[in-house]
Amino acid sequence: MALEILKPGLSTTVQDLGRPGYYHLGIPLSGGMDRYALAAANLLVGNDEGDAVLEAVFLGPEIRFGADATVAVTGADLPPKVDGAEQPTWTAFTVKAGQVLSFGFLKSGARAYVAVSGGIDVPVVLGSRSTYPLGALGGHEGRALKSGDNLPVGTVRRAAQPNASVPEALRRGPGASPVLRVLPGLYWHRITEEAGRRFFEDTWKVAPEADRIGYRFRGGRPLDFVPREQPFGAGSDPSNIVDSCYPYGSIQVPGGTEPIVLHRDAVSGGGYFMIGTVISADMDLIGQLQPHQSARFEAVDMPAALAARKDRARMLDEVKAALAG
Amino acid sequence: MNTRYSFGGDEHIFVEVDEEMSLEAFFKSLSMTNAVRESRIRGVTEICPANASFQIKFDPDLIAPDDMLAELKSLENAAAKADSTLETRIIEIPVFYNDPWTHETLMRFRERHQDPSGTDLDYGARINGYADVDSFVAAHAGSPWFVSMVGFVAGLPFMYQMVERSRQIQVPKYLRPRTDTPKLTVGHGGCFGCIYSVRGAGGYQMFGITPMPIYDPKQEISYLREFMIFFKPGDIVKFKPVNRDDYDAAVEAVDKGRFDPLIRKVRFSLDDFQADPAATNAKLLEVLHGA
Repeated sequence: MALEILKPGLSTTVQDLGRPGYYHLGIPLSGGMDRYALAAANLLVGNDEGDAVLEAVFLGPEIRFGADATVAVTGADLPPKVDGAEQPTWTAFTVKAGQVLSFGFLKSGARAYVAVSGGIDVPVVLGSRSTYPLGALGGHEGRALKSGDNLPVGTVRRAAQPNASVPEALRRGPGASPVLRVLPGLYWHRITEEAGRRFFEDTWKVAPEADRIGYRFRGGRPLDFVPREQPFGAGSDPSNIVDSCYPYGSIQVPGGTEPIVLHRDAVSGGGYFMIGTVISADMDLIGQLQPHQSARFEAVDMPAALAARKDRARMLDEVKAALAG
Repeated sequence: MNTRYSFGGDEHIFVEVDEEMSLEAFFKSLSMTNAVRESRIRGVTEICPANASFQIKFDPDLIAPDDMLAELKSLENAAAKADSTLETRIIEIPVFYNDPWTHETLMRFRERHQDPSGTDLDYGARINGYADVDSFVAAHAGSPWFVSMVGFVAGLPFMYQMVERSRQIQVPKYLRPRTDTPKLTVGHGGCFGCIYSVRGAGGYQMFGITPMPIYDPKQEISYLREFMIFFKPGDIVKFKPVNRDDYDAAVEAVDKGRFDPLIRKVRFSLDDFQADPAATNAKLLEVLHGA
């Protein structure tokens, strides 16, 4: 069974839950930016939660199916259509051999996850099927899909329940006024107390430079630095450090002006200071933010970060329970 | 050296061994990451050594962040006393300095540079006190470089020049990063040299280009068949200036599977290097070019 890509959309890539273990060599985790939506899409079609799916950004692809399959679309509200007939999101539906899956215009969110029963069966590279386009690694030929590509689909392991649906309350997304929770740290001491306070007070807007590597924000007030003599090897700008590793979710602020939150295809290190890290539970939400959308950052401590992580895990368990029942 | 620990969200611990770069800080960071690997602490998912710091990624569902922190701190004293010798390798990397491809790129992004009137090489030579580009290139290619970190993008080496600090080449990064850098550009930012493993964004000054690929996701290049990434921390690099003809010949050799990088096994002792950098480098180069 294969999927024939008639139109690729804006940037559609094969993603699973990522490729851990190579970050020390500069190969990032990759995988779905919204891992919650990715897992839910897989569960809806009877796949394992970490099977490979398609991640479509802003604009959906057009796909002709080579055989009957169960499909689910989660994450962004990007309405799926089968031969032109609209289907619900967060809900399993059938696509028959020869039918075409296409998408209407994006209503909210940024990234839709398209799971197909059996999973996208591109070769496993370094333990994952995820695409890392910058390194031309994994996925389909190491790149975003193009018209004319044919994607293999794996063997169905579990029969999907027709019309299975994730309950509304469990469809996790950033909502209308997103708040990203941050654990301050790393080089937090480099900015003044006043600048730190303002960072969390200000409303920021997602900049057009927002992709799988990182999300840039603008519109808040610039950060003031605590004066120091720059350490040897760091470089002369007060925002420079001796090149270090970058955590996923870390917030670097080159020149103290525009914060960048690194995401699943993060550069693994570099020479800009970081003021803290978005907590693991909120990383999914960033992947659903559109350019020009407003967002705020909120400081939390470690117990709050761990509690949020547990809440997210519990929600996913509830999705599993709802679909099993 | 003053070791500083900080959580990077609920999944990372960042450990800054020293604020400033030195080979001592690198060795301490390396021995701490080796100790973490050997101690097989439950829940560790990534161990990433950097120039003068390192980062551990862990699964907080398997180990509480405070317990992870305590485990790392318990390794610090032993790591500080660790032997600072390394069984490693020295590699000769051909470089076509002042090549047409990085030149075209740096001209395209001139408005993002500190000195739009010249090239990156002109600028690097001038602010480091060299009379001309030729003597600057001679200094760049004259001493070995120590790979103190691999990362940014897949397989990119950060390299620390193995000379006294007063002689180390230092340049600022571009005022605003470029959106394009040719693949295999030899760059420099702060005190670090680098080789861009893939084409993409970059902020380092551009001095030349090497014909020798250092990352091959298809694993077709002869010396990258076992693993797609060439460099690892602790490698020692010696640049060899080549002209256009040599460069073209090397590119052809790579394409035909005939390119064979010059690599020799070598033992590096930090104490020996600190005591006499010139003599240590002379010995390294003897191993590289010797019988």
